[in-house]
Amino acid sequence: MLNAFMNSVNRWLLTIVVLVLSCPVGAFAAEQALLGGGDKPWWYWPIILFVFCFGLGILAVMAGVGGGVLYVPLVSGFFPFHIDFVRGVGLMVALAGALAAGPGLLRRNLANLRLALPVALIASTFSIIGAMLGLYLSALNPDIIQVCLGATIVGIAMLLIFSKNTEKPVVTKQDAIGMALGLGGVYWDEGSRENVEWKTHRTVLGFFMFILIGLVAGMFGLGAGWANVPVLNILMGAPLKVSVATSKFLLSITDTSAAWIYMNRGCVIPLIGVPSIVGLMLGSLLGVKLLAIAKPKMIRYFVIVVLLFAGLKAMDKGLGLGILG
Amino acid sequence: MNAQANLASRPSKEQVIYANILVIGVWIGLAVLFITYFIYLSGLMPSHVDMSLITNNWDKGVNEYLEITHSPHGWGWVAFLGKGDFLNYIGFTFLALMTIVCYLVLVKGYIAKKDWIYAGIALTEIIVLSVAASGMLGSGGH
Repeated sequence: MLNAFMNSVNRWLLTIVVLVLSCPVGAFAAEQALLGGGDKPWWYWPIILFVFCFGLGILAVMAGVGGGVLYVPLVSGFFPFHIDFVRGVGLMVALAGALAAGPGLLRRNLANLRLALPVALIASTFSIIGAMLGLYLSALNPDIIQVCLGATIVGIAMLLIFSKNTEKPVVTKQDAIGMALGLGGVYWDEGSRENVEWKTHRTVLGFFMFILIGLVAGMFGLGAGWANVPVLNILMGAPLKVSVATSKFLLSITDTSAAWIYMNRGCVIPLIGVPSIVGLMLGSLLGVKLLAIAKPKMIRYFVIVVLLFAGLKAMDKGLGLGILG
Repeated sequence: MNAQANLASRPSKEQVIYANILVIGVWIGLAVLFITYFIYLSGLMPSHVDMSLITNNWDKGVNEYLEITHSPHGWGWVAFLGKGDFLNYIGFTFLALMTIVCYLVLVKGYIAKKDWIYAGIALTEIIVLSVAASGMLGSGGH
């Protein structure tokens, strides 16, 4: 009976995956129709966007990536919105998701404030610079941003394939800055039923990496969970659970500063923004429930393929090659 | 888990207050977003920018879009709160302001604990976020 239930769930998940995969194709087809003079009513795109983001929310949770990193390349590639609006809304989407996840992570002491605050300050400051630079470049020529975004997304897909996170990295000696800032703590690990003590190292190098993370997050409107986790975990030596939770919490700060820049510039259109935020959040809620019974590894590989495709599509669009449609 | 271990893995007081404020703020923000969007779509309040004007121009860059739709930038939307479309910005702004509010609590907590380094970091973050929110940086563009 359990097997039958599992099979039914997996079939259902596959349907979602196919739906989400086919949605960009449908969106693209409709986009072509629109360009060809087809007249769609105003509610057509918000509804498609809502359904698309709902599926995206499910996939993002199960693949262990943030919504923003999928949202920006896919929506900019397959929907008729200008990259300025996609980046603005992408940041609001990532921000809303991070704000919603924050309280639970903080209460369980998985997201660590002492670790988050210094890196958040660096990343949020540089995400402002990134956002201003990104808006300047897209005002010059939006194709520059499309090509750079595509290259970044392909890089992220590679990072997801090749980065090998460590559950509990061994940190033999903490550096002076890490010690002065008290970058360490204890969390209760439900899996091993024990308290896990941790501390960090390579603090200066880690901080430098957050300069780059902030710049990229602001410039392309991406949530930066894909970069936060490897830096906190592999480079600085924080346990994987602490890194994932702190990264999610960090997004609520990093994305806030960049989101303000885009919002003040007028890049958040409610007709695009609200269906995206609500769709992704509802999808994420369902994704969390499905996580317990799904096969996340397979979905992660699928998402990596989608990211690769979306990255190449963005580069193709920016370079005006037209190879991918 | 013994009592000592339990104590060690417990979140700090600031962390719990931060989480409590955040959870209330996020749900209020999302509820506002949902309600104002309903008002906007239902036409209960008139819109500043016609729907067809939005859909015909959302493929243009932000500067061109603002010019065509005669939309404000920065905090200019506050003057248009009587319009259904700009009403939605209350929800967006509420969500984007949450982090600043939570950080104010952190600063108070760190000062009380005489943790000057973290009080300074939190205070600097408030300044950074406030500058970003003020619209002083790059809200122009025309």
